[in-house]
Amino acid sequence: MTSTPSTLRETVTGTTSVPSLRAAGLRLAYGPDRVVVQDLDLELPHGAVTAVIGANGSGKSTVLRALARLLRPSSGHVLLDGHDVHHLRTREVAKRLGLLPQSPVSPEGLTVRDLVRRGRTPHTSLLRQWSEKDEAALSAALEATDLVDLADEAVDALSGGQRQRAWLALVIAQGTPWLLLDEPTTFLDIAHQIDVLQLVQRLNREDGRSVVMVLHDLNQACRYADHLVALRAGAVVASGPPAEVVTEDLVATVFDLRSRIVPDPVTGTPLVVPIGRAV
Amino acid sequence: MSTREVVLTRSGPSWVARVRRGSASVLFRPRAVGVSLALFALVLVLFCAGVAAGTRVIPLDDVLSGLAGRADHTTVLTVQQFRLPRVMVAVMVGAALGLSGAVVQAVTRNPIAAPDVLGVTAGASFGGVLVLLALGGTTFGYGGAAAELSQIAVPLGAIAGAFVAAAIVLVVGGSHGGVGTHRTFSTQRVVLVGIICHAAFIGLVHWGLATGDVDQAAKAAVWLVGSLHGRGWEHVTGVATALLVLLPIALLLGRRLNALALGEPSAATLGVPVARTQVGLFVVAFALTGTAAAAAGPVDFVALLAPQIAKRLVRTPGVPLVASALTGSAMVLAADLLARLAIPGVELPVGAVTALVGAPYLLWLVIRSGGTR
Repeated sequence: MTSTPSTLRETVTGTTSVPSLRAAGLRLAYGPDRVVVQDLDLELPHGAVTAVIGANGSGKSTVLRALARLLRPSSGHVLLDGHDVHHLRTREVAKRLGLLPQSPVSPEGLTVRDLVRRGRTPHTSLLRQWSEKDEAALSAALEATDLVDLADEAVDALSGGQRQRAWLALVIAQGTPWLLLDEPTTFLDIAHQIDVLQLVQRLNREDGRSVVMVLHDLNQACRYADHLVALRAGAVVASGPPAEVVTEDLVATVFDLRSRIVPDPVTGTPLVVPIGRAV
Repeated sequence: MSTREVVLTRSGPSWVARVRRGSASVLFRPRAVGVSLALFALVLVLFCAGVAAGTRVIPLDDVLSGLAGRADHTTVLTVQQFRLPRVMVAVMVGAALGLSGAVVQAVTRNPIAAPDVLGVTAGASFGGVLVLLALGGTTFGYGGAAAELSQIAVPLGAIAGAFVAAAIVLVVGGSHGGVGTHRTFSTQRVVLVGIICHAAFIGLVHWGLATGDVDQAAKAAVWLVGSLHGRGWEHVTGVATALLVLLPIALLLGRRLNALALGEPSAATLGVPVARTQVGLFVVAFALTGTAAAAAGPVDFVALLAPQIAKRLVRTPGVPLVASALTGSAMVLAADLLARLAIPGVELPVGAVTALVGAPYLLWLVIRSGGTR
C-alpha cells in the first residue's frame, strides 16, 4: 500500500467540518454521594496532542470517559462539534471519536487482523459489510503500528507492547478525527512506552488527528503533548502548553510534591525532578 | 452493470472471504459456512432417521413417499400425523436452545452461562408445573375441554415463568459496573444471580410436586424431564411462529456481538448502543428458551453445550450463531432417536438423554480447559 497516508487522511477529515470537543459545566458522579467532578469547563484544542495529568483519584480517567460518552453527566454537557454527545447517535459519535480503554481484554484466539477489522464497525452495515475503503483503513492501521507481520497472530499471544499497538491499530482504523487514550503506556516498559508515544505523535503530526490522553508520567506529558490539562480533585488547576504551565508550584499543587524544573536536555521541554513530599 | 468479485484473505488459522456486488459487500468465513452446511446435512439425515424410527420402522423410501402422501394409508398417517410433527418440533426446539445458549454465552462472555444455568429454564419449569397443578382435579389427559386448555396453558405458563426468571436475572444481575458506564451485565454478577434464581425455582417446583394433586404431579414429573412424546401439528405451528419472529431478530442483533466481545467501553465507542443491544439479545434468547420449554418441557444441556461444540467446529473467536442453532437441532434429534431406540419398548424422555450424554461431555470440557490453563 503506497497510498497509505493519503487514505488515512481522507478517512480522518472526511467526516466533519469544524471538529471541536469541549465540556461545559460538567458534573460527574458515581452514584449520589461520590461526586468526582464538579462544574468542569474544558476546551480540548483541535489538531493537538493533549495530555490530562493528575494524581491518582483526581478524576482524569472519569473525565476521559465522559468525553467518550461512556458516562452520563449528572449535569452539564460534553459538546462534540457543537452537539451534546448524548443527543448524537452512538454510531455518529463513533465516526468522530475513538477510545482506547484502560487495559482492554481481547477475546481468546482473536487475531490482530480481526481485532483491527472491528475498528471499522461504525462504517459498515448489513449490506455494506466491507468496502475498499475499509480494507485500505485496515492495511494503513496495521502498517502505522508496524503489525503487518503479526496480523495473523492471536492478540492474547502477543507481548504487552505489541498488544497495546494492536488496540491502537483498532482505534486508528476507526478513522476518527479525535482519539481518546486512557493511560496508553500503563504496564509497558520504558522502550515500549516511548514507542506508543511516538506513534501517537505521528498520528497527530502526519494524519492530523486530535489526541486526548491520560498520562501518569509528567515528563512524558511535557515532552509529547502540545497542551496540558492538570486536574486536582476533579477541577482544572492549569491548562496550556507544558512550557507555560508546568512550574514547581503546579507540581506541588497537583501532586503534593516538591520538585525542581529543568529544561529537558533532549527536547528542551520542562523536566520535573522530584525532591520529596510537600509538607 | 454490477461486477461481482470474491476476495479471500487469511486471518490466523482461518480464512475470511468478501463477496462484493456493486456497492454491497458481504464478509464471511468459508470454514463457518462449510461447517454449517455439513451440520445442515446431518440435521437432514437425523430428521429422516427420526421419521423412520419407532415401534414400526418405516423404510427410507417409504418415509419419502409417506411425506409426499403417496404411500399406503397407515404409513402416511404414521409419518404425517405422528412422526413428522414430533421430529419437526425436535428440530425447532434444538435450534431455539442452541441459539439462545449461543446468544447468552456471547453477551455475558462466559462459556458456562446458558439459559439452563441462569435459572430461566427453571423458571419455565416452575411456570409449566404451576399451570399443570392448577389444572388438577380437572380431567386433563383424558380428552375434553380441559385437555385442550392445558395444551395452551402449559406452554404459556412456561413462557411466563421463563420471563419472570429472566426479569429477575436481568434486573438484579445487571449492574452499573466498576467503571460507572451504562447499565452492564458484568459476567460474574449475572451468573451468580442466575444460579440463585435456578435454585429457588427448582425448590418451588419440588414444593409444588410434593404438595399438589398426585395425578397432576405425576404428569408434571414427566413434563419436567422434557419430552417430545405425542407432539402434534399445534406444537409445530406454535414453535414455528415464535421462531419466525425471534430468529431474524437474534441474527440481526447478533451482528453486534463482534464489537460487544471487545468489552463495553470499546463496543460503545465503536457505535454499538450497548445497553439496548444487551437487553434486546437477552430478551430474544430467553424468549427462545421459553418457547423451547413450552413445546418440549425443559430439555437440559443443549443450550449450554451446542454453542461450545459449534465453536470448536467453526474455530472462530466468538460464538457462531447459525452453527450453534444447527448443532442444537442435531443434538435434540439425536437425543430423541436415542430416547426411542435405546431400550426397546420403552420411550425415555428426551431431556433425560440430553442430560445423561451432556453431563459427561461438559465434565470433559471442564477437565480439558483446566489442563490447558
